[in-house]
Amino acid sequence: MKKRKGVKKSLIVVFFAIVIAVGALITMNVSDHANDISLGLDLQGGFEVLYEVEPVDGDSEVNRELLTDTVSALNARIDVLGVSEPNITIEGEDRIRVQLAGVTDQQSARELLSTEARLSFRDTNDVVMMDGSDLVQGGARQNFDPDTNEPIVQVTVDDPTLFEEISREISERQPTGENILAIWLDFDEGDSYEEEILKPEAESKIISDPRVWETIPSRDVVISGNFTVQSAQELAGILNAGALPVELDEIYSNSVGASLGERSMEMAINAGIVGVALIFGYMLVYYRFMGVIAVLTLTAYIYMVLVVFNWMNAVLTLPGIAALILGVGMAVDANIITFERIKDELRSGKTTMSSFRAGSRRSLSTILDANITTILAASVMYVYGTSAVQGFAVMLIVSILTSFITAVFGARLLLGLWVNSRVLNKKPRMFGVKEREISEL
Amino acid sequence: MNFEHEETKLDFVKHRNKFFAISGIFLIVGVILLATLGLNLGIDFRSGTTIDVLADETVTADEVIGEFEEIGYSPDDLTLAGDNNEIGRASFIGGLTQEETLEVQSHFEEAYGNTPAVSTVTPIVGEELAKNAIISVLIAAVGIILYVTVRFEFLYGISAIVALFHDALFILVVFSIVQMEVNIPFIAAVLTIVGYSINDTIVTFDRIRENMKFEKKVKDFEDVARVVNKSLVQTLARSINTVLTVVFAAGALFILGGEGLRTFSFALVIGLVAGTYSSLFIAAQVWLVLKSRQLKKVRSRKVQTEQPEA
Repeated sequence: MKKRKGVKKSLIVVFFAIVIAVGALITMNVSDHANDISLGLDLQGGFEVLYEVEPVDGDSEVNRELLTDTVSALNARIDVLGVSEPNITIEGEDRIRVQLAGVTDQQSARELLSTEARLSFRDTNDVVMMDGSDLVQGGARQNFDPDTNEPIVQVTVDDPTLFEEISREISERQPTGENILAIWLDFDEGDSYEEEILKPEAESKIISDPRVWETIPSRDVVISGNFTVQSAQELAGILNAGALPVELDEIYSNSVGASLGERSMEMAINAGIVGVALIFGYMLVYYRFMGVIAVLTLTAYIYMVLVVFNWMNAVLTLPGIAALILGVGMAVDANIITFERIKDELRSGKTTMSSFRAGSRRSLSTILDANITTILAASVMYVYGTSAVQGFAVMLIVSILTSFITAVFGARLLLGLWVNSRVLNKKPRMFGVKEREISEL
Repeated sequence: MNFEHEETKLDFVKHRNKFFAISGIFLIVGVILLATLGLNLGIDFRSGTTIDVLADETVTADEVIGEFEEIGYSPDDLTLAGDNNEIGRASFIGGLTQEETLEVQSHFEEAYGNTPAVSTVTPIVGEELAKNAIISVLIAAVGIILYVTVRFEFLYGISAIVALFHDALFILVVFSIVQMEVNIPFIAAVLTIVGYSINDTIVTFDRIRENMKFEKKVKDFEDVARVVNKSLVQTLARSINTVLTVVFAAGALFILGGEGLRTFSFALVIGLVAGTYSSLFIAAQVWLVLKSRQLKKVRSRKVQTEQPEA
């Protein structure tokens, strides 16, 4: 088939339309996305503690349920601190990692977390009626009232006679309004019911203040009130944790001052800008026109990684920034493999159009194999690593997948528009190939 | 830089025994060093506390130690960091208790106006992390061999793994020589290099595989050697360009990225160079040796089976 030699200007127009549209999208949204990304505590300051959970008496075992309950209790405490995004995760068999990014008062946070969950039940005069050890371990759960269908919390007490006495005493308190059995978390000397109950819910040490209307001669106690399913579950969780004889051993802690964190981030970002600029410059000098395509797709790549990262709600840490910058290098590799192939084909004497097609096709399997093996390694890192290494692995996987979209398909689309417009026909120098290198077919 | 494979004089294959010897000697010496000198394990792998204090201006080690001594502490080690030596990093072997940490923090908050960064570890955490890292490399290695065996053939997988361990070991040896402190991000760097090394090796293998298909008959060592050399020359521009771009990124992080990323990026730069070297001079050559041995076996078996018939 004889090809028409005319230049298709429309394709060039399409190229600029795409570049301008994507460019506008990026400039409009990039700062929003960048600001939305939650920063790890190594970047904004804060601290993290890794606890080992140990049962106080030797017979109880650390299981998943016990860990989840302890997490609820820790969450309830952190609420008091007013940290916006606490991150509490269970690690391994018996560890809990607490990360508090951006916490300003590290001292009180540490103190607050490390005190053991002390649950106490007090009357309005702050006299202890019973404590966490009087509850049956793991006996609290959220349920629904059989009559009204409202969420309630069921608790099982250890000693029915003790509770019968307590409930008789409280329910007979006069005047009405004094018949309250307040549930306290970490009551300190000097705290009082009158003061604490006025505080907003998130800050109050009183996690619930149920009224007792009658003597309860049973082990099973029902707390009802204005619960939502979630708040009832939380209360059950705290009651379970408060009843748990766990001890939290601090086995690792790391704290970063806000100014140090800011400094690390600034330096890492500056280094990133310099690194990326060097890569861009090199690509432009070495690959000429194809280098322009590489710069465009790499810019889109960086933007897309930010968007995907944001969308995943992942936390950006220092190793994460490193992975992002390294990812640019990896994405550039896909470009380099394709461009080298196209140059090879040009040198063998093929036309620009068939060199582009053959080069793109042949490079794809190489890029696939190389990237799949890297993803394999990153996935293993994710599964076996702990937080810092995991953050790095996630970023690496996101980078590789994104680079596939931009460096393989994006570059192919953009370069294809130019090649198919025939503007580049018989201009091997635009691809960095000298005429004398081209062998006759 | 264009490498014209038709008329090139570059011969990677000829000197392979020298490369094997260089890497072999380096790694043996390295393993001896690792065994005797060992790595300079950071606080992540020991029991202890490090405290980074940030001052607004340049400080001297004596000043910082003085501040510590004022409240009755004497750090086991103190190094200065930062562009203008405004950061002091104090290590306490054995660790500080929580109350002690809080005391130190509030003291330096008053003295320098910045909250110091405090990191306390028991060695269990670091050891577990290192153990997990080794396990993950082993698992990844098995996975890679499987994948490469399916997509290529078994011998490629073996050679790729040889290169991979070469690179990982190379970083460890360099760190043992320079005695730079090894921390948790270092492990992430070694793992990245494992990924990169594989990536790089696969690209060259891909070309070898393609060129093997074009060859009509690959009979003996000479034939395989020619294909390997041709493939290496063809992928040389890509290998160099890719390593250069990634080194730009890692190098910028090393020079400008600050204390937190220094170990990490140094390990990356070393690993990248080792990774490129090994895919050019080790991986492909190991494959060449294995492949020609396999060909020889096939040939001799053929000869044996043919003899009784004759």
